[in-house]
Amino acid sequence: MSDAQESTDTKSIPLEHRHRELGARMTPFAGYMMPLQYAGIKEEHLAVRNGVGLFDVSHMGEVEFVGPDAIAMIDGLVTNDASKLVDGQAMYAALCNEEGGIIDDVLVYRLAEDHVMVCVNASRRAEDLAHMKANARGDAELRDTSDQYVLLAIQGPRAIDLLKALAPDEADAFEALRYYRARRGVVAGVEMLVSRTGYTGEDGFELYIPVAQAEAVFDATLEAGEDFDLAMCGLGCRDTLRLEARFNLYGQEMDETTNPFEAGLGWTVKLKKKTPFVGQDALKSIKERGLTRKLCGFVLQGKGMIRPGYEIYIGEQRVGEVTSGSWGPTLEESIGLGYIDLEFADAPMVDIQIRKKRVPAQLTSKPFYKRD
Amino acid sequence: MEIPEGYRFSEEHEWAREEEDGSITIGISWHAQDLLGDIVYVELPEEGDSIESGEEFGVLESVKAASDLYAPISGEVIVVNMELEDAPQTINESPFDEGWMMRVRPDDIQEFNDLMDADEYRAFVERG
Repeated sequence: MSDAQESTDTKSIPLEHRHRELGARMTPFAGYMMPLQYAGIKEEHLAVRNGVGLFDVSHMGEVEFVGPDAIAMIDGLVTNDASKLVDGQAMYAALCNEEGGIIDDVLVYRLAEDHVMVCVNASRRAEDLAHMKANARGDAELRDTSDQYVLLAIQGPRAIDLLKALAPDEADAFEALRYYRARRGVVAGVEMLVSRTGYTGEDGFELYIPVAQAEAVFDATLEAGEDFDLAMCGLGCRDTLRLEARFNLYGQEMDETTNPFEAGLGWTVKLKKKTPFVGQDALKSIKERGLTRKLCGFVLQGKGMIRPGYEIYIGEQRVGEVTSGSWGPTLEESIGLGYIDLEFADAPMVDIQIRKKRVPAQLTSKPFYKRD
Repeated sequence: MEIPEGYRFSEEHEWAREEEDGSITIGISWHAQDLLGDIVYVELPEEGDSIESGEEFGVLESVKAASDLYAPISGEVIVVNMELEDAPQTINESPFDEGWMMRVRPDDIQEFNDLMDADEYRAFVERG
């Protein structure tokens, strides 16, 4: 068998030493050394589905817009309608170039009338910032605040119980917090922004913690987590969890040659919103012209594993390519996502070329896994 | 890390063990299964197939990645561990015993003798 290669040119996240102490296997990801796994991908995955898991996702970037035109400024940059947000609400959106290609997929938080925070992918931070600075219009200051926060994600059906244990004085307020809403509150004695969001398909919270207090919050979370069998989780199970929930990953399902419609993100494109946005004209003509391919989901029917880069066939015709594929530990099936030429995207079955064999797979338009 | 005595090892982290009848049993080391993580699928040759030293003979898929398996010696496959098909995690749980992959009639026993012994393999793994 062959070993994976490890790059040495990486930055550290603030709690890297704690992950190493806890026995994490580390891996370079998007320029950072990140925990890949602790107990094992399968065990961590199932802990998040059935209980609660803790992820350090501090590699993610934050960009803040502060000033009277903060809302209008972000609205001119993303596909979704930021003018509809209320204070404390988050919104998923695409950041597109002039051609309608996806520069990044982002979460936009309206923190106040004059304050917006955008959570961006680590691998796209530099591109996002350059694009935002070049295209931002209006009176607001744009700041990269990525290095000011440790971002912890508490995910799973018991996430709410753990958060309440960590924030007894505000337990009711956190319980009442709706999905895709955020509020400032005191967790483990530290004031921070807490949002009810995540990337696992489970209920959960994401904690934006000031770096100076992050280790104390981390330790308090581990300690309180003992009562809930909290599992430390790495990027390995983050990927299997998001794939089961059928969430796209930048760099796999999306890049600058992908438009939001074909990526299944048409619902984030508000072509009729009041503020014109970068890529709007291109996206309009893409919509009028029609798509050429579509992101599809499939479940393998034979033996083997779906992996990125595998070719997709119907009969002898190559009709697409896999973008993500893995074993789904909850489903105990091999699942995947990939682009398929539009005329074949409604087919019931395709064949996936797995090394020397073609293995049938069933297409599905639903998430592979959906919580009750 | 487990590295039992009496086994021989390749640089690709396969082990080989000589049986009383002169056949050679092949599997992957504890270190290899640990690097791979949860193994969820295994593709092995069929009985009667020939394997060639240094060539691919199968594939292991863990949750995170696919890895090729490379033959530590040349020979004819005489038995395949079919139980791994339904229980590939056996390779994680018992890499040197129940997780064996196949038994081979060697073309040249010298290839087996040239593999690393436990001490040499330990040094090889620790060097990285």
